[in-house]
Amino acid sequence: MNSSVFRGKLPWVIAALVVLLCFPLFLDRFYVYLTAIILLTGLCATSLNFVLGYGGVFQFHHAVFYGVGAYGTALMIIKSGLSPWLGFIVGPVAAAIVGLVIGVICIRLSKLYFGMLQISLGSLVWAIVYRWYSFTGGDDGIHGVPLPDIISSSSGSYYFTLIVTAVSMFILYRMIKSPFGSALQGIRDNPVRSEMIGVNVRLQQLLALTIAGFFGGVAGSLFVVVDNTVFPDMMFWTLSLELIIMCLLGGWLSYLGPMVGAAVIVLLRTYVSGITGYWALVLGVIMMAVIFFLPNGVLGYLDRFVKKKAGNK
Amino acid sequence: MESIFSFVSPGIFSQILVGLSRTVILFIVSSGLSLILGVLRIPNVAHGSLYMIGAFMAYTVAHLFGGGNMGFWMALVLAPLGVAALSFVAERSLFQFLYEREHLMLLLLTFAMSLVFGDLVKLVWGAEYRSVPVPQVFQGYMNLFGGLPFPIYSFFLLVMGPIIAILLWLLTNKTKIGKISRAAAVDREMVGAVGINVSWVFAIVFVIGCLLAGLGGVLVAPTVSVTLGMDHTLIIEAFLIVIMGGLGNVWGALLGALIFGLTQSLGILVWPKFGIVFPYLAVVVVLIFRPTGLLKSTW
Repeated sequence: MNSSVFRGKLPWVIAALVVLLCFPLFLDRFYVYLTAIILLTGLCATSLNFVLGYGGVFQFHHAVFYGVGAYGTALMIIKSGLSPWLGFIVGPVAAAIVGLVIGVICIRLSKLYFGMLQISLGSLVWAIVYRWYSFTGGDDGIHGVPLPDIISSSSGSYYFTLIVTAVSMFILYRMIKSPFGSALQGIRDNPVRSEMIGVNVRLQQLLALTIAGFFGGVAGSLFVVVDNTVFPDMMFWTLSLELIIMCLLGGWLSYLGPMVGAAVIVLLRTYVSGITGYWALVLGVIMMAVIFFLPNGVLGYLDRFVKKKAGNK
Repeated sequence: MESIFSFVSPGIFSQILVGLSRTVILFIVSSGLSLILGVLRIPNVAHGSLYMIGAFMAYTVAHLFGGGNMGFWMALVLAPLGVAALSFVAERSLFQFLYEREHLMLLLLTFAMSLVFGDLVKLVWGAEYRSVPVPQVFQGYMNLFGGLPFPIYSFFLLVMGPIIAILLWLLTNKTKIGKISRAAAVDREMVGAVGINVSWVFAIVFVIGCLLAGLGGVLVAPTVSVTLGMDHTLIIEAFLIVIMGGLGNVWGALLGALIFGLTQSLGILVWPKFGIVFPYLAVVVVLIFRPTGLLKSTW
């Protein structure tokens, strides 16, 4: 069964995992941290792409689920006396519930209206988190979230992030290749026809939104593990558009595209911010260039390039 | 007059008036956004940046002319024109090649522009807070019915709102360019087929829309501290107002701004800490019952 799903990609996947597993052995702490951030941001972008690229739903405010996942985890660890591991379940589940609720309210609207209502509801969540000083720490956020010993060290948090990201990516991949994933792509390409052949369009999209919310929340929980902090900017709408840019940069239609896009953006942000205070300017120019010249993303472009070469032979 | 308002507490009444003066700013900015959405079909995220640039330009112009009455009036005229010039350059160099792109791409592209504009503002004006003084004519308070103190500048804003609304109505209904642009909103190819240069019509509408953003920025400048990031919240509010009122409908923008401004100011009265959530709730309620906005959309 696996062989048909991966179609010869399995050796590559294993090789990549082995390389990633070895990172903490020879890399500096900072680079391990950076890799972990890339992995979890990539997971967040991939979960967005699950509804945006494969589902064709205008998910404009995905960062909300990222933020809710992070806050859910952090608050559960700090405010409740229960096992901290429970936080890693509560965060994503809370994100999934928020995804479902927002989905139920927005799902009747089409395209741009959907996206805008979602931004509205997301801003509502943001506003509550921002204002509720006594519970969420307001605009200061929460710092120094205590973690279980095993994942509190640099390499511990890295391995935890790597394993959770790999498992989540695998689950999302299986979902895309499942009948549910096909139905979702069918809805994206032709909703009317899908409805006619008996697909419950609303239900499938709602399910997809909930799943995307859940994995966005997983990414948020991982951020708590890696960075030990949460802050309201994690669910500000500008981050959502940045996530969309990651998907676009890597390519909507390739599964690893968003991961590549996230890697590029996170690396650029880290290094450009080190050189100049004008990171937003650089990001803006990159975005414009991508939209003008690479509408299918970097991987989409390479894909076509490779196919052209193969055709010439 | 006192007897009429005796059943409401003065607090509510003055809060309504404050909400209305906030509404004026929201209306001016979102009517420009709505105009661009309706005619050009561009969800222009950079609109908020132009509002911010308008406020910063107002600061510069006001200080250039000494910060008094003269400074304010010059800012009121020059800053929107400066924003209009900037938007004209942007339209001719970038936007005009993009009218056929899908909305998601346009949204991302204009977001990219807003990032660039934001950093350019940082480059030119720096990251410090700036303040534009309220001109002497509008300083102080006036006494409303029953001795309610009300800032004169807010009263000035309340007067500006209807003036802008009427001017916009005249522009869209009584001028040639307004009529052409309304026709282009419905069927741009047909307008092109009868020999009108649609590209220039679009440019003019775009510039007028951005001019309104700049005007909103100038008018808001004396009431807030002018700073980076003031575009981030405003653009979301403007989009929600436009969506609530009906895409591309200028009167919808007025209605949306009224609902947004009033729920905001009354919300603060009801629940000071979370007053900020009421306008968002209003948008949700409106869209649940009227998924395409309150008034007829041009889309």
